[in-house]
Amino acid sequence: MSTMPTVTTAPADRGTTAGGIVARDVCKSFGDQLVLDKVSLTADEGRILALLGPNGAGKTTMVRILSTLICADAGSMRVAGHDVDADPDGVRAVIGVTGQFSAVDNLLTGAENLQLMADLRHLGREAGRRRVAELLEQFDLTDAADKPLSVYSGGMRRRLDLAMTLVGAPRVIFLDEPTTGLDPRSRLTMWQIVRDLAAAGVTILLTTQYLDEADQLADRIVVLDHGRIVAEGTPAELKDRMPGGHVQLHFADPGQLRAAADLLENAAADEDQLVLHVPADGTVDSLRELLDELHHAGVDAERLSIHTADLDDVFLAVTGTPALPGSPARQGAPQP
Amino acid sequence: MTTLAYTLSDSRVMLRRNLKHQLRYPSMTVMLIGMPIVFLLLFVYVFGGQLGAGLGPHEGRSAYLDYLVPGLLLVIVASAIQGTSIMVATDMTGGIIDRFRTMAIARASVLTGHVLGSLIQTFAAIAILVGVAFGLGFRADAGPLHWLAALGMLALFAVALIWLAVALGLAAKSVETASNTPMILILLPFLSSCFVPTATMPSGLRQFADYQPFTPVADTVRGLLSGGATASHAVAAAAWSVGIAVVSYFWAVRLYNRRRAAEPK
Repeated sequence: MSTMPTVTTAPADRGTTAGGIVARDVCKSFGDQLVLDKVSLTADEGRILALLGPNGAGKTTMVRILSTLICADAGSMRVAGHDVDADPDGVRAVIGVTGQFSAVDNLLTGAENLQLMADLRHLGREAGRRRVAELLEQFDLTDAADKPLSVYSGGMRRRLDLAMTLVGAPRVIFLDEPTTGLDPRSRLTMWQIVRDLAAAGVTILLTTQYLDEADQLADRIVVLDHGRIVAEGTPAELKDRMPGGHVQLHFADPGQLRAAADLLENAAADEDQLVLHVPADGTVDSLRELLDELHHAGVDAERLSIHTADLDDVFLAVTGTPALPGSPARQGAPQP
Repeated sequence: MTTLAYTLSDSRVMLRRNLKHQLRYPSMTVMLIGMPIVFLLLFVYVFGGQLGAGLGPHEGRSAYLDYLVPGLLLVIVASAIQGTSIMVATDMTGGIIDRFRTMAIARASVLTGHVLGSLIQTFAAIAILVGVAFGLGFRADAGPLHWLAALGMLALFAVALIWLAVALGLAAKSVETASNTPMILILLPFLSSCFVPTATMPSGLRQFADYQPFTPVADTVRGLLSGGATASHAVAAAAWSVGIAVVSYFWAVRLYNRRRAAEPK
């Protein structure tokens, strides 16, 4: 191949980002719809970067571009030192991708799916067989190894999917919403797997709609909205910018709701749902104070629920608008 | 390993995957093998007495059996299009194709795996039909070289139509479309010399039958199995096969590579 114009990265990027991901000003449109607008991000080697955002924010498109599935319209990207545009096969040799939709072969057994990956990674007969057995063990799939995928549960399929991604021991892994649709227990298992991978030096870019997931796993979080980066930083930095959680008081009738709303400053009343949103930091003392105040004023609340900060709050804090209606963030992330 | 060695190795892996698919989801293979046998029995024992009366020196049912078998071999080749098209479309609409695309594997291997898998399936069906036909009294005057030439002709035509099937499967937006479009192609053997000589057809239909690919291929295979083929038929058959194969191959590869440029999903 002729000499392609190589991307010169600033000296500061060398070293720590050599085995990681560096993307600069990535743009992508589908028709006249701008999906990514000058998105830049960096994941250092062995670190976890979370791409956080609601549906339609551009997370999946970013992953598809970085994993060589589609081309960007503009921008430069390097993955583990390989230029994504000039050397896609170089990138493909060192990455592993687990997409949002299951990428397993439904007509093969679990072991056969892994063996297929080992063969396509050219691991060789013995090494391939060893790697398959190792991954079956590691992902708790040994008992189901020779069963058809039709008997696999959602969690087992997701684990197999990730195990297939890991067959070639990739240095950079893309995980597109790895825990969407998983039950709380499988979600915790998946988190532990991701942590173990990073501890072993693998660079991970994961997308998620759940703040708590990004908070639990990521070294850095990039918040994406309508194709633009609206915030980024460490989980601690982002949480500093958030207003904290709130308490929801549910009332039986509008009169009581109004009385409570008059009583409490900063509270936002939802007349349709008969719910009052009261900012609160979630401590026992503040709750007791709140309940005492209501009790002394003779206001009867039916029910109370505590709402910790989630993606909605981050969005409210950084964009001034809530996340898209209907996104899981609205309904609250499933708590493990 | 060299690039060629990787391409061969990856294609072999994909072939093995497709053969496993055929075994685990056997209904297509059962159809491919079963339908021509049903046709054979139906046409020989129900229509064969009457149809055979209009044929060459040894008139009758057994003469029609000898006439029909080469034609039914082409029915098998035509039927294989649908199965291949469905398998390719199923692969492309599933999640695993994206996994293959993010791996450093020989790009062509996904498609060549399908082509080789369908070719093996087709020849298994051909072998079974020939076996059944012999059981019913099929007589071929062909020597080993003629048999080899006939099988080579069938293989060439099958490769051409299977590449066409791969392209149709790639072009289809859904598995349903991939299943319906090839239906037209499955009709073509009936409008050719596969079942009856084209000379018996009304003009218009006869011209169509004479100048579509199934007729020269059927005549060539029939000629070879009865001990000698007409050169002009063989040339036309080979030209059709190579033409369809080349056009379909480039169409399929273009469709396969196009996805990376732009697709909203």
